Amino acid sequence: MSEKKFSKKHEWVSLDGDVATVGITKHATEMLGDIVFVEVPDAGKAVEKEGQAAVVESTKAASDVYSPISGEITEGNKAIADDPGSVNSDPEGASWFFKLKIKDKGEYDSLMSKDEYDKFCKENPS
Amino acid sequence: MEVQKTALYNYHKNLGAKFVPFAGYEMPIQYKDGIVKEHISTRTHAGFFDVSHMGQFFLEGDETLIESLEKIIPADLKNLKVNHSKYSFLLNNEGGIIDDLIITRTEKGFCIILNAACKENDIKQISQFLKKNHKHLLNNDLSLIALQGPKSVEILEKLIPGVANLKFMTGSNFEYEGENLYVTRSGYTGEDGFEISISNTKVENLIDYLISNKVKPIGLGARDTLRLEAGLCLYGHDLNEKINPVEANLKWAIAKKRKEVGGFNGWEKIKNLLANGSEKIRVGIKPDGKVIARENTKIFSSDNNEIGFVTSGTFGPSVNAPVAMGYVKSEFSEIGTSIQLEVRGKKHGGKISELPFYKKSYVK
Repeated sequence: MSEKKFSKKHEWVSLDGDVATVGITKHATEMLGDIVFVEVPDAGKAVEKEGQAAVVESTKAASDVYSPISGEITEGNKAIADDPGSVNSDPEGASWFFKLKIKDKGEYDSLMSKDEYDKFCKENPS
Repeated sequence: MEVQKTALYNYHKNLGAKFVPFAGYEMPIQYKDGIVKEHISTRTHAGFFDVSHMGQFFLEGDETLIESLEKIIPADLKNLKVNHSKYSFLLNNEGGIIDDLIITRTEKGFCIILNAACKENDIKQISQFLKKNHKHLLNNDLSLIALQGPKSVEILEKLIPGVANLKFMTGSNFEYEGENLYVTRSGYTGEDGFEISISNTKVENLIDYLISNKVKPIGLGARDTLRLEAGLCLYGHDLNEKINPVEANLKWAIAKKRKEVGGFNGWEKIKNLLANGSEKIRVGIKPDGKVIARENTKIFSSDNNEIGFVTSGTFGPSVNAPVAMGYVKSEFSEIGTSIQLEVRGKKHGGKISELPFYKKSYVK
């Protein structure tokens, strides 16, 4: 598994061959608060870079989750749809949102590193 | 308009509050624990809410004050005993709700608690009916603290002996640190609890005491999930000037005598609605799955006709499921009726549900 890369919309991506795993960052969960609903995409759905791919709702509001990378969904994480609160406890581990087969590794390479993302969050406080 | 702050603003800040603009005030939406934990700790222990943004409106006058107020408020104020409170409304000529409120009889007149966003207009509307010898004051020197939850009585009784004797929707004057304060047994969470009217100069001491008794600060976020589980309306969402008390399923809050005799704004219309029913009515709604039907979600019948809309919707932490309220055509309002909720373009099943979603535990 490759190193995690990060988007400005607070998603993370890791890459295993041509299959990417996408989730939302710990920072995103802290901004959202208690997560009470998650909708993940079905396998076979095509998503564009920065296109809407999933939904996450906290007690406060509903937010879209975007795919930081283009491709075809191979799996949505049903476990987080059944237990939305698990996203708060392990957002960057077991509570990933979806996996997708990517088309262009260049999209992955252009995302932020962990250090760049941490700096981005500091400079853009919510 | 300049953003206003309550006397406790810095105190909230030190408690780690996240602020949002609300009705012209900077108010805490949540603290460090977050909405779900704040909600649960109110239901299992006790929480305090700074509701000082709400208007504490005092009226004084002779018997003619009652006549004046009864023209815009459909409560039986004549027979309201001193220190007793009623939930009621200000009504416009069409019977629409200008604001919902709690009115308490005092020794010299009345105290009305008004919603923050409405208070200025409310006072204008009430003033139209007041006479020269009626005095009124929106008292901004007072804070208002709601203490809610099953441990409230035990905790407050230690500090202010006698509050345990209050029954739901009654109040009394008490002494605290050499000053008068007014306490009512009331609230808006479905829990037993109190609302404490206290001077801005003493309020921090009261909060210090509550915190030392493990009472958590509760923000607007959990206030919303608590009141919605309790089936209580939020003005500006579930109620507005175009909705009347019959549609709002709040006809119980119009005094029996007033229903018969009238003499208040919009009575002709309300009399007719009481006799014949309204076209639409406020109901509780439970989505079948986990999907949350938020405000403005369209409601459809099982055969796909649009029949209404959601006015409040969230996840109910104590119900452990999504809950909502909204308006549907009256023929679809029976408990258990299957409906569909359109969320993000997709229809999800749901049912008309009893209110409240969470059983109240008031001390009567």
